[in-house]
Amino acid sequence: MSIDRATVEYVARLARLALTAEEQDRFAGQLSTILAYCARLTELPTDDVEPASHVAAMTNVARDDVIRPSLPRDEILAAAPAQEAGFFKVPPILETEPNP
Amino acid sequence: MVRDYLDRIASLDGQVRAFLRVDADRALADARRWDTAYARGDAMPPLAGVPVAVKDIICTRGMPTTCGSRILEGWTPPYDATVVSRLREAGAVLIGKTNLDEFAMGSSTENSAYGPTRNPWDLTRVPGGSSGGSAAAVAAGMVPLALGTDTGGSIRQPAGFTGIVGLKPTYGRVSRYGLVAFASSLDQIGPLAGSVADAALLLDVIAGHDPLDSTSVDLPVPDYAAALRGDAGGLRIGIATEAFGDGLHPDVRAAVRQAAADLRSAGAVLEEVSLPTIEYAVPTYYLLATSEASSNLARYDGVRYGLRADADDIYGMYTRTRAAGFGSEVKRRIMLGTYALSAGYYEGFFLKAQRVRTLVRGDFQRALERVDLVLMPVSPTVAFRIGEKVDDPLAMYLADIYTIPVNLAGLPAIALPCGFSDGLPIGFQLIGRAFDEATVLRAAHAYEQRTGWHTRKPQLGNPP
Repeated sequence: MSIDRATVEYVARLARLALTAEEQDRFAGQLSTILAYCARLTELPTDDVEPASHVAAMTNVARDDVIRPSLPRDEILAAAPAQEAGFFKVPPILETEPNP
Repeated sequence: MVRDYLDRIASLDGQVRAFLRVDADRALADARRWDTAYARGDAMPPLAGVPVAVKDIICTRGMPTTCGSRILEGWTPPYDATVVSRLREAGAVLIGKTNLDEFAMGSSTENSAYGPTRNPWDLTRVPGGSSGGSAAAVAAGMVPLALGTDTGGSIRQPAGFTGIVGLKPTYGRVSRYGLVAFASSLDQIGPLAGSVADAALLLDVIAGHDPLDSTSVDLPVPDYAAALRGDAGGLRIGIATEAFGDGLHPDVRAAVRQAAADLRSAGAVLEEVSLPTIEYAVPTYYLLATSEASSNLARYDGVRYGLRADADDIYGMYTRTRAAGFGSEVKRRIMLGTYALSAGYYEGFFLKAQRVRTLVRGDFQRALERVDLVLMPVSPTVAFRIGEKVDDPLAMYLADIYTIPVNLAGLPAIALPCGFSDGLPIGFQLIGRAFDEATVLRAAHAYEQRTGWHTRKPQLGNPP
């Protein structure tokens, strides 16, 4: 299992991570090693085995549909890097994102 | 009592660096309130005036919570985690927040953005991780009780490396509300303490159903302290054959084998059990935990809290914020998890790992039909040197070879000390059936009463 730099760049874009050239090279090598180790799982036959997404001892959990108090908006907004008029404030969001 | 511990922190933590934050003024004020209440003759809750340290990945209202990351530097949670509310109701004094590997991703506490914690038994060695700060604080006598979290061994491995007791409860036994998520199907909060009785006392306080965590289970919580009868009579304990193979240090093997023999003397019946798929647990875990992490950590985007790196557009802000805020191991795991979940690899990696998880869980279920507890080492070696494994992520991951299978199966397990190798503590673990923490604690207590390894303390306070 070998991960090349193009794959690293592609995955970094999906993960919204800006990586330096040095990080791209390092992660390509390290992820190749780790994934080669993970490929050992193919030794185990699992065609008839159900996947386990969790081991919790329940299925669906619902609560009563009643209104409960929320955290105060001012306190939440105070933790934000930028806010305006009761909203989170961010840079322009349209037509800026490269398609992965 | 609070003042004594604060004095000890002041004199020792410059060397150990277990704490990211100590709130001495508030701790003393809380302690004075309990003194006054006691003098008045008020009823005292179980932890009235007892100092407790909390791993800095558990939210504390009014006290910054960093997760050991730059991306949350300066963030103060607007609410308490349920375990913290329960500690406060039980009278505990929150003395401070302890260091950890960033977002609990690591086995040595070297991945903290705020520098490594040192092992109180040898300051050139790691305390284990990711709850290394909590473990080192208890081992050095800077606090009697601490909370940690365990996703792949992060309570038990540092407990083993520092010669103390650490318990990972069953998945669902303790509320995760207010625990910053790493891998949500594996994370669990639990106690670190100097003795089994103290760990049982802390579990009593934090265990139980919480409507704010839909994975917390609505089952009665037994009186754990009452389960400590001092003997292991009639308990069947399975020695996990596969956990004593190649790669286990001979001193660790000998000490853990001796622990099994001591439990037989305490009344337990020993037999061999087989867990043939646990050798696949580490790769399974690193695919599942990183996949869950890549999703959970998407929330650190510079919008609502924490760090933001300015940019002209939102994509630039996201990528630069995350580049500046996350450390190497966190980036590596986000990359691995994103890859395992991406188109073309989902079936072969993520889904395959979920299927193997079912097999690992089945191994434990079969074994625990025959025996009450499974016994194995906590770690293949004693504490390694600071810096020894930082450049080799796979070697670091293999430090958790015996603890990870238990998280995949969701079972309760305790780590406790059973000897020394070259002056460094060795630990072993007892793994129980789901929600049967009482039996785990009972056997651990019986062992502890007969051996007394937990009474050994590191010699600290004489700077080199």
